[in-house]
Amino acid sequence: MTTAFSLEGITKRFGEVTALDNVSLTLNEGEVLGLIGQNGSGKSTIMKVMAGLHRPDTGIIRVGGKVVQLRSPLEAAQAGIGLVHQEQSLITSLTVAENLFLDKPATSTRLGVYRWAKLRDRAKHQLEKVELDIDPFTSVSELSFGQRQMVELAKVLSLEELVHGHLVILFDEPTAVLNPPEIQSLFSQIRRIKHRSSVVFVSHRMDEILDISDRVYVMSDGRNVADRDKENVNVDELYELMVGKQRVNREDRKPRNAQIGAEPALTLKNVTVPGEIEGISLTLAPGEILGLIGVQGSGAETILRTVFGLSDRWSGEIDYFGMPLNVDSPPQAVDKGIGYLPAERKTEGMIRNTTVSENVAITYGWQHGHGAGLISRARERGLIHNWVTKLGIKTPSIGQRIDTLSGGNQQKVVLSKWLFGKTLKVLMLDHPTRGLDPGARSDLFGVIRELADQGLAILLVGDTLDEVLTLSDAIIVMKDGRVSARIEGVQATPPSEEELVKAMV
Amino acid sequence: MSNLIKSQGPLLALTGLVVIFSVFSESFASMANFAAVLEAAAIPAIVAIGLTYVLMQASIDLSVEGVASLANIILSITVANSVTTTDIGLWAIPLVLCAGLLVGATSAAVSIYVRMPSLIVTLGMWLTTVGMAALLFPDRLPQLLETRITQLAIDKQFGLSWIVYLTLALILVALWVEKYTRFGRMSRAIGENEPVLIMSGIKVNRHKIAAFALAGGCYALAGILLGARIGVGNTQSGVGLLFPAIAACVLGGTLLSGGQGGIRQSMIGVLILVSLRNGLIQIGVDPLLQSALEGAVIIIAVAGSTWHLRRKVRVIK
Repeated sequence: MTTAFSLEGITKRFGEVTALDNVSLTLNEGEVLGLIGQNGSGKSTIMKVMAGLHRPDTGIIRVGGKVVQLRSPLEAAQAGIGLVHQEQSLITSLTVAENLFLDKPATSTRLGVYRWAKLRDRAKHQLEKVELDIDPFTSVSELSFGQRQMVELAKVLSLEELVHGHLVILFDEPTAVLNPPEIQSLFSQIRRIKHRSSVVFVSHRMDEILDISDRVYVMSDGRNVADRDKENVNVDELYELMVGKQRVNREDRKPRNAQIGAEPALTLKNVTVPGEIEGISLTLAPGEILGLIGVQGSGAETILRTVFGLSDRWSGEIDYFGMPLNVDSPPQAVDKGIGYLPAERKTEGMIRNTTVSENVAITYGWQHGHGAGLISRARERGLIHNWVTKLGIKTPSIGQRIDTLSGGNQQKVVLSKWLFGKTLKVLMLDHPTRGLDPGARSDLFGVIRELADQGLAILLVGDTLDEVLTLSDAIIVMKDGRVSARIEGVQATPPSEEELVKAMV
Repeated sequence: MSNLIKSQGPLLALTGLVVIFSVFSESFASMANFAAVLEAAAIPAIVAIGLTYVLMQASIDLSVEGVASLANIILSITVANSVTTTDIGLWAIPLVLCAGLLVGATSAAVSIYVRMPSLIVTLGMWLTTVGMAALLFPDRLPQLLETRITQLAIDKQFGLSWIVYLTLALILVALWVEKYTRFGRMSRAIGENEPVLIMSGIKVNRHKIAAFALAGGCYALAGILLGARIGVGNTQSGVGLLFPAIAACVLGGTLLSGGQGGIRQSMIGVLILVSLRNGLIQIGVDPLLQSALEGAVIIIAVAGSTWHLRRKVRVIK
């Protein structure tokens, strides 16, 4: 077998985080490689390096034996490499036909004027390949998500006519938005193109990986931990490998003696957000840390955002200390004493270009003021100082601009925003340690435990199993928008990580 | 049905207005009045055509009034007139149009290469062009003596002036540009998702400069036609063009957020706005109340047509 494509010793860092650590990968002609790993294990980064979206810090990329530089998606396309996005690369107000050839040389226009008839013929041919029976002049906005995914595929497959050599087609979780017949049709497409292309296929679903791949490549913590032919795959072993180094060091974990309240603070009954979560029921008591885990798109974050009043449409019932909770917007949730630490710190968590003290006092500063909407700078300053000391926020002064701090310290400032109020009863943490280094993480863990000890009810969506296992008193595992398992007494008798991963995928 | 309201809301609103005014006023539904509506709609329509491509790209251009006034002054001092001795005849028209294109292209270039929001750049350009018009203004109001230009407004075919026919022709060209040129198609795509286009290797900046230049050209044409209509060169001639043009685009469905609408929608918006003004006069609404009513109707109409786009975390600026 000849090697179609290879990565040799690729390293990629983002600031302090090493996303890929000396990773090598070879792809043979006509082969389907299944790429698996947990969130943050580096599989998307690998795909982006291959597609020319990221440039590696060190390492060599070879296509057909020749060393190449992939500086842009266009250069990758010229080398015969195409990435099938998860539907977001389409321009919805344009027609399907235009989208198919958006990133290709403009042979369907002459002097800037469209030749629609020619475009239709070319598009028709591409759509036939993926057996998508739609008018090429349909606007993408009218298509279902499954159909859009097929258009993405057709867009990449049109490389077949443009590039003469061998193709490399990358699929980044293509099945996430597809229903079973659509998945089968996608798989038959992949089998059809194998004669002249190699495929890399990322999925969170193990059964799909085993169905379509010839070889399985496992990532964990930015490294390749296994590379197996399909015949030699042992599923349990793969789960173990995926968990990898993130396996918790049991000695490090200090079991918390949680004082969990008898009456629930928050009760969800049959909460549904169309297309995201379905029939979610759970309870959360004061003093309890409830961890939610699931792969990307499992809906864990949606639960948090719904309770905080951010979902446009939802049904079901949410009770808050025995009373029905009717929140329609974040201000109402905050009034009731519910706080939410968003995953997107830079865009939703902090206000850039302002100081630490303004970020802390923004939500609850008025509670420490003179009443009637008048704030008290002096009292605020004193309290902010307290929190800065208590959480160990490393900042030269509270008047420092927040963007000059490190990620961990920024996150603590955002957390202080919620702790600043006198009325907070429920705190929801959405990936609180995202982008933090290990030191900052364990600091933050300490703070979260202390908050629960003081009687706060905490709902946590974690980045890693390690995080959720370390902090939670109970764990809810999410899969495809539903609860797939609830595990109590996590601190006393921790479940095995393999068990959790199996419930997730 | 709800789909129809969603996609054709502005057209239904226009029909509704026409029906209501026809019922309450006998003079509204007359040939003479329809001609008056078209005459009143012509110049706002030309401005709205230019603005539509800019809005589709999610930019904005506020320089209309300044550019139209400047164009009007340049025209009136370069053709035969009562004040200056220069007379370059009809060559004044291409000269003025080029001036408009140049102003537009400059706005776009500054916005792109100095990385400033088009709102601020064109706000500055508005004042700059107003100032330039004042500088070029001779001591007295120049009367236009070039009859080939003033006849555009006076000479009527089938009850309509040449200004209306010119506008109709321009609308057809603009519709063709929107559907059949790369520039037209990419303009809408730029407004919807510029990063994807950049990643696809499309020369986005060229399309942006083209949109602003075309807009400037349209404003200059509006300035020429205003000159034809009023017969003099006036530094104030462009005043009052900006608001109706933007309001008309948004009313028709060419939203300020970009990626939506088009020439057809904007033209329907112009007709709604002009019919509303005309109809309110016809049914005898107190003139003092008119602009308040006009404003209220615009807000209600836009709220109705964008209702389905509401999202909780969508920030409106």
